[in-house]
Amino acid sequence: MSYVTGVGLTPFGKLPGRATLDLMSEAAAAALADAHLERADVDGLLCAYSTTFPHLMLSTTFVEHFGLAPTYAHSLLVGGATGFAMAMLAHTLVEARVARNILVVAGENRLTAQSRDAAVQTLAQVGHSEYEVPLGATIPAYYALVASRYMHEHGITEADLAQLAVLMRRNALAHPGAQFREAITVEDVLASKPIASPLKLLDCCPVSDGGVAFVVGREPTSASRVRILGAGQAHTHQYVSGAPSLTEFGARASVERARSHAGVELSDVRYAAIYDSFTITLTILLEEIGLAPRGEAGARARDGYFDRAGRLPLNTHGGLLSYGHCGAGGAMAHLAEAQLQMTGRAGARQVKDASVVLLHGDGGVLSSHASLVLEAR
Amino acid sequence: MTQGAVLDWTAGGAGIAFQSCRACSHTWYFRRGFCPRCGANPPAEHQASGLGTVHAATLVTRAPSEELRAHAPYLIVLVDADEGFRLMAHGAHDLRIGARVRCRFVPFGDRLIPFFDPA
Repeated sequence: MSYVTGVGLTPFGKLPGRATLDLMSEAAAAALADAHLERADVDGLLCAYSTTFPHLMLSTTFVEHFGLAPTYAHSLLVGGATGFAMAMLAHTLVEARVARNILVVAGENRLTAQSRDAAVQTLAQVGHSEYEVPLGATIPAYYALVASRYMHEHGITEADLAQLAVLMRRNALAHPGAQFREAITVEDVLASKPIASPLKLLDCCPVSDGGVAFVVGREPTSASRVRILGAGQAHTHQYVSGAPSLTEFGARASVERARSHAGVELSDVRYAAIYDSFTITLTILLEEIGLAPRGEAGARARDGYFDRAGRLPLNTHGGLLSYGHCGAGGAMAHLAEAQLQMTGRAGARQVKDASVVLLHGDGGVLSSHASLVLEAR
Repeated sequence: MTQGAVLDWTAGGAGIAFQSCRACSHTWYFRRGFCPRCGANPPAEHQASGLGTVHAATLVTRAPSEELRAHAPYLIVLVDADEGFRLMAHGAHDLRIGARVRCRFVPFGDRLIPFFDPA
């Protein structure tokens, strides 16, 4: 048994003057305060990576910088799936009694520390260095290839994808920390700058500065009662050229593992936190997991199904698409928001019922999948 | 089998190389010293015909670097080669999913890359 006892989330966007360790520290301090814990209470530390501070030993660098002395610490890297994979590991370590209070933290000044080209080139390296990157491929291009095939097979239009960008933006309007807080329409998305067809600028998440942390503990240390009920992963390939399929990925298998550990049905889920690096990512994950029928995620978004007051509220902070994406912390913001929803602390964004939450993230090009089921007690 | 004389664009040659397993017949693209399905080694090396079918396509407008911006927009395709493996390449802008294609080699950045035209 483990609990998400505290969360800390910085605003995302342009945060000049703050380096990776600053953003990690800010989020970590907030998470510890939220969990009513002191630094000395932290006996486990899990870190991710930072493309702007690619240190070989980020965890012990943070141990020294932040002032910790854990009995267990290291980094974990599975791209966008890292945040939920760290939560799974923290849960497993707590259950195995390796540690009592595990601080999980990530942050990166991905936007201000480098040029846009540098960010695009760094991220493109998740592709194959000999067979893909030399072709001028980028992360949007890898996902655009997937989009072209998936849309072809399931009759999805660019306007369908745009519905998800509009929804994430509508959600972000209610969060003061979101990077983008101007309403957009489907027409705006369709008219935005082409990046890699069918994806346009507003189909893509931004590059952001930001930091996120949470604490996974053996018992609640504050009024928050959020249990991790189950977790799962699936890993099927790295490169889009080598993916077994461009329409079936590891998401369903990963979620099924998490659900069976948790002993909950998909129909029990009241709030969803789903990775949304691109509108096509969110579309595929929602549909493969079974939260929307094939080809209908956009229609469901349009019809209010995923609204704050809808049947299944989704990424109420605005997701990667509008809250922002600072690397490993990106998906962790989904978890931080979910924990606030589950403890009734989401303010203007509060949903009626977030008693059972499903979280799912992917890294690479839908390569690496990690899922969690949380329950509010 | 064409071992020893295989042209491979990732090594500067005007050709597409692929491998297959001598034990289980599995076929794949990314070069390695063993079969990723059964582990047998060494694999057989082959030269692809350059014929295939478009599986996915995207027109890239936003190039990753100043050097490649001169080439944009360019079409990136995933092609299912007739020999049974999938590869990433460039292609004519009007290629659609399902199109039959044939490969030639064109300069891009600092190298030759595979480029598919309608067959």
